[in-house]
Amino acid sequence: MEIVVKDLSVVYMPDTPYEKQALSHIDLRIESGCFAAIAGATGSGKSTLIQCMAGLIRPASGQVQVGDKIFHAGSKSGAALRKHVGIVFQYPEHQLFEETIAKDIAFGLKNRGITEPKLDREVHRMMDLVGLPGELSDRSPFHLSGGQMRRVAIAGILALKPDVLIMDEPTAGLDRQGKQELFRLLKDLHEKQGLTVILVTHDMNDVAKYADQVFVLSGGKLALSGTPAEVFEQYQIWQELSLELPQVSQLVAKINEQLDVPLPYSIFTLEELEQSLAKRFVQREAPT
Amino acid sequence: MNGFIVGMYLPGDSFVHQLDPRAKLGFAFIFMFMVFFADRLLACAIFLAFVLVAIHIAKVPYRLFFTALKPIIFIILLSSLLHLWMTKGGEMILAFPGITIYEEGIRQAGIISIRLLLLVAIASLLTFTTSPVDLTDGMESLLSPLRKIGVPAHELALMMSIALRFIPTLWEETEKIRKAQMARGIDFEEGHILKRLKKHLPILIPLFISAFRRAEDLALAMEARCYRGSEGRTKWRQLHYTRRDLWLLLILILLGMVLLIFRH
Repeated sequence: MEIVVKDLSVVYMPDTPYEKQALSHIDLRIESGCFAAIAGATGSGKSTLIQCMAGLIRPASGQVQVGDKIFHAGSKSGAALRKHVGIVFQYPEHQLFEETIAKDIAFGLKNRGITEPKLDREVHRMMDLVGLPGELSDRSPFHLSGGQMRRVAIAGILALKPDVLIMDEPTAGLDRQGKQELFRLLKDLHEKQGLTVILVTHDMNDVAKYADQVFVLSGGKLALSGTPAEVFEQYQIWQELSLELPQVSQLVAKINEQLDVPLPYSIFTLEELEQSLAKRFVQREAPT
Repeated sequence: MNGFIVGMYLPGDSFVHQLDPRAKLGFAFIFMFMVFFADRLLACAIFLAFVLVAIHIAKVPYRLFFTALKPIIFIILLSSLLHLWMTKGGEMILAFPGITIYEEGIRQAGIISIRLLLLVAIASLLTFTTSPVDLTDGMESLLSPLRKIGVPAHELALMMSIALRFIPTLWEETEKIRKAQMARGIDFEEGHILKRLKKHLPILIPLFISAFRRAEDLALAMEARCYRGSEGRTKWRQLHYTRRDLWLLLILILLGMVLLIFRH
């Protein structure tokens, strides 16, 4: 489902000495079925932006449109958006509260008015999807490991069958294996089920690896946007944004300092870099 | 964080900000007592004028006091109405079938409204102009004579400062959990009051869990830094009375005289 953000501004605690402009005049468009990344330093407005998209923070001005549903300053509530957008907050395991894992996953479905036996079937399907063994369903979620708790929370969101899935730093606090598994799940959801995925992160390596579209925020404004290659190309701006380029792009930038004809920034893996360097070497050796 | 939290500190360097927290605390305490002895409209009006001047000197926007007053407006209205209705005495002013309003009723309604207003205003002025650290330091210092009879002044002050410190944190946490559960389809604005209360369970449980986790982390961090209560503990920040604080004493005496002069 397509998301269009038009001239969006958000102000926290208006008319008090603590007033803060969190977002100012953001315009962006995330295409349907796209894997988008929203990047930016701490306090750049990433979280505010995604919460607007999810219908949880009311815009001060401007609007967010998800599919044909519009949310603006005068809207009654963001509930229309919430039906289509699933949002997984940072450390989602902190919002678990039910006695059993199955009940927690079913919580959102119950709020939507879904009853047994469909409920039970859906819960088990979701547990299977996120890779939780079915026999855990009657256990307390608080006895699980951190990574497993997170999967329970994610299953609870996916059960609502959102068209757009927003994930705020989903891998924070996970080990390498947990991180890889989570990204595999995310990629599956995106490719097999056609979900529009929005990933909030400050790890550019993940952006380079998975995203089709990148939006970089800085001080509540949209600083850069485009494909990862287009965005990483403007590496001079990156230093001002206090963000790090992906490791391979950093290497490409270093090599380009020595080259007359620069390497493209669409190189995101060491293998690709190796191949393009080899190609150049062959071209130089070959008599023209 | 959305919305303004009552009792928030507003940094500033006005005369009121620079007063010693102990002096301010003591003043506010005695002032509140005196408000209850002000049983004449004129005395109440003088007290009100003083508070308005104090707010002006503190450079706190009046608007914020209205925010602070919001929760008790209902109480003010209710007690005023009751006085208008029930209190008899003096001349009859209005007579409807079923309700007769007397002069005394209007006076009592005015006095009770101003009293409640004064209480909230002076308490808000105290928290608006005194940082939480100053406030607890002042509290500890004022309570310390009671240590001799076994009152744990330092521990009480520490508890208070931890509580104050965690109000915004827990508030933020509440907002976060509320939004997360809203994203899972809860609508907090729908249904009658019992239903709405029940809907808050999905917020309260995670909030308690995280509060306990934070408490445990904090306790561990304090132990790791060898915290052992008030025993042998000295202070980096020392409080000092200045000449400014004498003004508060003077004002108290003046207000006390107002009370005496206008007594029944």
